[in-house]
Amino acid sequence: MIWNSWNDFLAMGGYGLYVWGSFGVTVLCMALEILWVKNARAQALSQITNELVAETNSKEWS
Amino acid sequence: MIHKLFFYASPQNFYPLAGKLWPFFAALATALTVWGLWLGMFVAPTDFQQGEGYRIIFVHVPVSWMSMVIYLAMAFWALLGLTFNTRLSGMMTQALAPTGAIFAFLSLWTGALWGKPMWGAWWVWDARLTSELILFFLYLGHIALTSAIDDPRRADKAGGILALVGALNVPVIYFSVKWWNTLHQGASVSLTKGSSMAQVMLEAMLIMGVAFWMYAVALALYRVRSIILIRERHTQWVADLPEVRAQTMKNAAGGANV
Amino acid sequence: MSAFVAIVKRDLTLALRRKNEVITSVFFFVVVAALFPLGIGPEMNTLRLVAPGILWVGALLASMLSLGRMFATDYADGTLEQMALSPNSLSWLVAAKILAHWLLSGLPLVLLAPILGLQFDLSTNALWVLTLSLLLGTPVLSLIGAVGAALTLGVRGGDVLLSLLVLPLYVPALVFGAGAVQAEISGLGASAHLSVLAALVLVAAVFSPWASAASLRIALES
Repeated sequence: MIWNSWNDFLAMGGYGLYVWGSFGVTVLCMALEILWVKNARAQALSQITNELVAETNSKEWS
Repeated sequence: MIHKLFFYASPQNFYPLAGKLWPFFAALATALTVWGLWLGMFVAPTDFQQGEGYRIIFVHVPVSWMSMVIYLAMAFWALLGLTFNTRLSGMMTQALAPTGAIFAFLSLWTGALWGKPMWGAWWVWDARLTSELILFFLYLGHIALTSAIDDPRRADKAGGILALVGALNVPVIYFSVKWWNTLHQGASVSLTKGSSMAQVMLEAMLIMGVAFWMYAVALALYRVRSIILIRERHTQWVADLPEVRAQTMKNAAGGANV
Repeated sequence: MSAFVAIVKRDLTLALRRKNEVITSVFFFVVVAALFPLGIGPEMNTLRLVAPGILWVGALLASMLSLGRMFATDYADGTLEQMALSPNSLSWLVAAKILAHWLLSGLPLVLLAPILGLQFDLSTNALWVLTLSLLLGTPVLSLIGAVGAALTLGVRGGDVLLSLLVLPLYVPALVFGAGAVQAEISGLGASAHLSVLAALVLVAAVFSPWASAASLRIALES
């Protein structure tokens, strides 16, 4: 372990803004991307089911 | 073996395979990230010249590598798709593009945050950063083209040609930018100038590289499943999927008051 | 060979009937070359420094403006389909169209460039190199642009998309073209840059018609 304290770790020898700015945005982008793909899947599923339901309904009426 | 490969070339067969595989890649990515960050943030010593600021390389270098690897992967799938006329190849190319673009952006972002404390400027026109910027534009162009074309098959093929043309051009672009840069000695520094890196630092960087790779694969597999669903939505096998049936039951039950 | 010549003649004739399209992109070059000094300031030392870049970027943008027209009209009236169905190799016919495009949009820029270069007080040698670099470079722009034009044929928002696609690919030509002039100005000699440009033209001339033809077929079959 090379850090003497949490504060040292957060400060990163004065470069804290840059280091955590990099890591932070990276984590943020990855989190957003994961949310995005999950949402895309949910949308795909709902689009398919809506079309299927509409299809079955139209068949029932005709 | 070849027969097996062509079996999975059909979206219907690839869909469940991707579904089984992506969690493994996600788990690997997580484990490797934890290990890599542990090494990089808690074991690797302070750099003699750059203090603690150098630790940005543990994300900057991996995302830069991956932005290039992913583009090559896209070109590979494009070549496959144009040669064998398989639908899945085009879907894989499109599944990879967003992750690649995001990595290219992160490379530029982390590069800027590294450059500011080290050389005093948020941006320097060094050969690598400039090439990365152009790579980012290539990604955006690819995504723009495939989204603008309505016909999915045409989008696949056009995207495939663009990815191949881009991949062939990337070395030319890199070489020309390097040439351009050395003749204009503005910031004559290289981002990965290794005053031989400590063993631990290199190790952590490589582990993080593989970690991001696993992440990219996991995401691409997950994303291609959604693409397959949309493209194949008029087929029976999609209608028979358990997740689709479950949702259809729900919808039908809820909306049956006709 | 006769099909090639026929296509070139045809495209030239058609374009010259609608002269304003040709003239507008040339005019664009002139205007851009005048706008930059207005934006930068009249200090001649500065302008001499930035002249190669400005003139080259101006030529690049002007050349890019006219790319959309390369295949669009033929696509719209069905001629392109006939070309694809004809016994002639589509790549060969596409090469003819690219040549015609260059004659209409690239060559005028090459001829204009030395005159505009005078506005930036470039030396005679620099003007020579500028002209030569554009003479070698503008065909590359037409060749690479053709692939982009073929890919975006009939696509919504095609023109802007075309620019987005093609600009990154233009970077090598720009770097070596403008770089040639700068090398001449700084006394280093432009032969290396011009050789690379020549190599780019050759490679593009071999690959681009084929890639463009493949892209056109994709656009035609949908």
